[in-house]
Amino acid sequence: MTTIDTTDTNDMPPQDPNAVSITINGRTVSARKGDFIIAAADSIDEYIPRFCYHPRMSSVGMCRQCMVEVEGPRGPMMVVSCMTPVADGQIVRTDTPQVKRAQEGMIELLLANHPLDCPVCDKGGECPLQDQAFSHGAGESRFVEEKRHFEKPIPISDLVFLDRERCILCDRCTRFADEVAGDPLISFTQRGNNTQVMTFPDEPFASYFSGNTVQICPVGALTASPYRFKARPWDLEQRESTCTTCSVGCRTVVQSSRDELLRYQGVDSDPVNWGWLCDKGRFNFQSTNSDDRLSTPQIKSGDSFVASSWSDALDSVARVIRHSREGSVAILGGARGTNEDAFMWGALADAAGITMRDANLDDGLPASIFSYPQATIDSACAGGTVILLAPDIKEELPVLYLRLRDAVQKKRIRLIEISSHETGLTKYAWKSIRAESGTAAAAVPGLLAQADVSAQLASGPVVVVTGRPNLAESASHTMDALSGVLAVAPSASVLPVLRRGNVRGALSLGLAPLNGNDAATILEASAKGDVDCLILLGADPLSDVADVDLARRGIAGAKFIVAIDTFLTDSASHADVVLPAAAYGEKDGTTMNLEGRVTSVVQKITPHGTSRADWMIAVELLTLLGHESNFTTLSDIQRAMSAAVPGFGSTTTAVAIKRDGVVVSVTQRSPESAATSVAPPRNSYEFRLDLSRKLFDRAIGTITSPSLANLAAEANIFIHPLDLDRVGAAEGTNVRVSNSHSSIVLPVRGSFSIPRGTAWVPFNQIGADVRELVRRNESIIDVRIESM
Amino acid sequence: MARLTEENIRHSREIIGRYPKARSATIPLLHLAQEQDGYVTNEAMAHIAELVGASPAEVFGTASFYEMFKFEPIGKYLINICGTMSCALLGAEELMHHAEERLGIKMGSTTADGKFTLERVECQAACTEAPCLQVNYRYRYRVTPDHLDTLIADLSAETLVSEIPSHGIVASIRQHIPADRGVGAVAPELVTENPVWLDGKAAL
Repeated sequence: MTTIDTTDTNDMPPQDPNAVSITINGRTVSARKGDFIIAAADSIDEYIPRFCYHPRMSSVGMCRQCMVEVEGPRGPMMVVSCMTPVADGQIVRTDTPQVKRAQEGMIELLLANHPLDCPVCDKGGECPLQDQAFSHGAGESRFVEEKRHFEKPIPISDLVFLDRERCILCDRCTRFADEVAGDPLISFTQRGNNTQVMTFPDEPFASYFSGNTVQICPVGALTASPYRFKARPWDLEQRESTCTTCSVGCRTVVQSSRDELLRYQGVDSDPVNWGWLCDKGRFNFQSTNSDDRLSTPQIKSGDSFVASSWSDALDSVARVIRHSREGSVAILGGARGTNEDAFMWGALADAAGITMRDANLDDGLPASIFSYPQATIDSACAGGTVILLAPDIKEELPVLYLRLRDAVQKKRIRLIEISSHETGLTKYAWKSIRAESGTAAAAVPGLLAQADVSAQLASGPVVVVTGRPNLAESASHTMDALSGVLAVAPSASVLPVLRRGNVRGALSLGLAPLNGNDAATILEASAKGDVDCLILLGADPLSDVADVDLARRGIAGAKFIVAIDTFLTDSASHADVVLPAAAYGEKDGTTMNLEGRVTSVVQKITPHGTSRADWMIAVELLTLLGHESNFTTLSDIQRAMSAAVPGFGSTTTAVAIKRDGVVVSVTQRSPESAATSVAPPRNSYEFRLDLSRKLFDRAIGTITSPSLANLAAEANIFIHPLDLDRVGAAEGTNVRVSNSHSSIVLPVRGSFSIPRGTAWVPFNQIGADVRELVRRNESIIDVRIESM
Repeated sequence: MARLTEENIRHSREIIGRYPKARSATIPLLHLAQEQDGYVTNEAMAHIAELVGASPAEVFGTASFYEMFKFEPIGKYLINICGTMSCALLGAEELMHHAEERLGIKMGSTTADGKFTLERVECQAACTEAPCLQVNYRYRYRVTPDHLDTLIADLSAETLVSEIPSHGIVASIRQHIPADRGVGAVAPELVTENPVWLDGKAAL
């Protein structure tokens, strides 16, 4: 495991050749060569006003607000502190009358065209322009002329509105879109007094990261539809937390007013998200507030549910567990909860002898992935080579995409990608090869044996980013490919990229499959009638298991189903007892990201209805099943967790106060020798199915967030344009997709991102469900496509 | 309303080849697009973005900086009448009024037949020859209302085609630089040595 370097860059030892000593307002500051004056001033809390400067983006000197005085050979001179690098012996003053005059002048000019509609502006109260006009402005303006007028506001995407009158042209949003997100869909247009930020006509700012521009806008020019006119900043209360939408674990603040979640904002955690969030993570707070949330326990009576009390519902669950045959109770899920939830359910399972459990839903990798030497996001991005044996990182783990993209752009790392279709990272890859599903392992040795690739691998550390690239392909193909990479680069470390929020925590803390009894085995057993009680801990197999036939048979075969969830999902509606679970933002605890980094998640609002945290339900059941339980509070569990789980130690209490969390190493089993699978050759009349996720799909947290619900696309099947001709279908027309299992009808699209012979279908979109064609006992799925 | 034609795509590739970075060719390609359609269409901008590896928004951002790129159909002949100091003092206003009356349109608009567009512009750097105007950026000096009438009549009769091609055509001779005659495109990051005139001194 790599240790995280948390050394403050300002505490460099004096002999560092890059150390530079400068004086700011009489105080000596040690900085590093290449730092800008404004950053050096920030490090000693000498605040220099600014609008365009952002520490995570390049300096552009756009707003001219950060003027300071630097002692020069001909006396003091005014410089822009965000563009002027430090130099040894430099003497900087930020508080002279001349500096003040310059800053007041800039504010006056910035306000010359600013509408000053602060009373009706969402930014009012937390607006850098408003704040700095008070702290660094003259207080009045000499301008009496008519201000510039624009239509306001105009939508530039489904989520973001632009008010050009308020814009001060700081270049933060456009720079973010270009430099950080790599989606330069907004740009300065026109010139001079008419300059404005704009998209291309009819091409919206449809970036997965658009919400960040709203957060970094220093005025109220960019606003996000989910928050517009919902609250004033001074009405918001906030607590710092960690996003658990995916497993990157971005640091956030959770803001609420009147016990309703209203906004998440990114927080800069240096080893993880650098302040950025994806739009899905930023705006899915709406699902927590949804009216469709489950609010009371419900017991199935006939075909419908009847609301019940918690004690009745838990009693009936306990009774069923007690009367179940030995080894016939199963727990699926747990990746949605906190570490404490997972630990308690693991403890309950141990106490009650529940051996069937899995936090993955047949869409992950074997838990042995955690037994390889583990990389962190920082170590992957620090230098050397990153090999991607992973799904499209931009679609599944968007902020990890930002970090990897940044490392490539700054020329720190080289990416080698082996994938079955082009991904968001393909254009940043040094080498990117297309290997049809099932053939990645076969492609690895040849690729890594190339002379330039060997030289690259030998030149520095190697990190293998490993995930499940294709849900219609057996995980063993990925594990085989990983073994192939490790055979060539034995010192490589692995960054496992399992997608679900706390899946690593759940797998590490007691919800990992025992004796190979993974989700698929459990569902198979259930289908055979061997499961008397199936507990769905925030799991929805009917929507998430790629082999939907298996999921259906498993759900149908279970004698009794308990669903613990926030919504009545497809699977939960088949349950006999439904228990409402507290959602993100409604419970305290800790979570573990894909690196194994433990950080805190916090409760900000009261749980919806009578819903409870998963761990509370486990504790109740433990007692009802007649086991001794000393758990009444979260800290009881954390104490037990620290004692019981090797590697967890005292970190649980430490993370509560640490923004960057602590990387722990919990699972250290030796790698299983997984059965290797050889993909049969593809019949040339058929297409190999590639089933993988897009960021926005019909996941419950997305469809119950009104602003995200319409971002999921219609289901389509994508093939190479030449294959389109071969099939004889026109773009957008319906084709029949079939194999021996089933047949469905989907619109077909041509795309050069898809190699010939592959058919890519995004997972879980609106329309016909391609999972009908997937059977998990086939390691790859081939389909026939016919025009209709 | 069109993307670049096959011939223009070929020419685009030659233009792009002159620069170390493809996106440096954005402005020459915008001229090519304007030459093709008389104005810069959205489709052409999206096409240029593909060719130079930029986003359409970036191409539009660059293009919209410049007055000479038009984003809506304009007349075959764009008449720019200077209204800055020397011309203003020597009868530019009168000339503009006359042009408006003669063509029956306001400054800034286009005749119904799509033949003429009138624009009031700032100094065209011909102050010694005031009042001056340009038709599709070809000068006319010391213009009187009578001259203007004759000019419009000639343009209508298409007798000046050889001198004044339709709007968008910047030069009537197309530049071709054979590959072996060019200086060769060298990307800035490939230049590792200081220029000779620095004479061995540090660059900063």
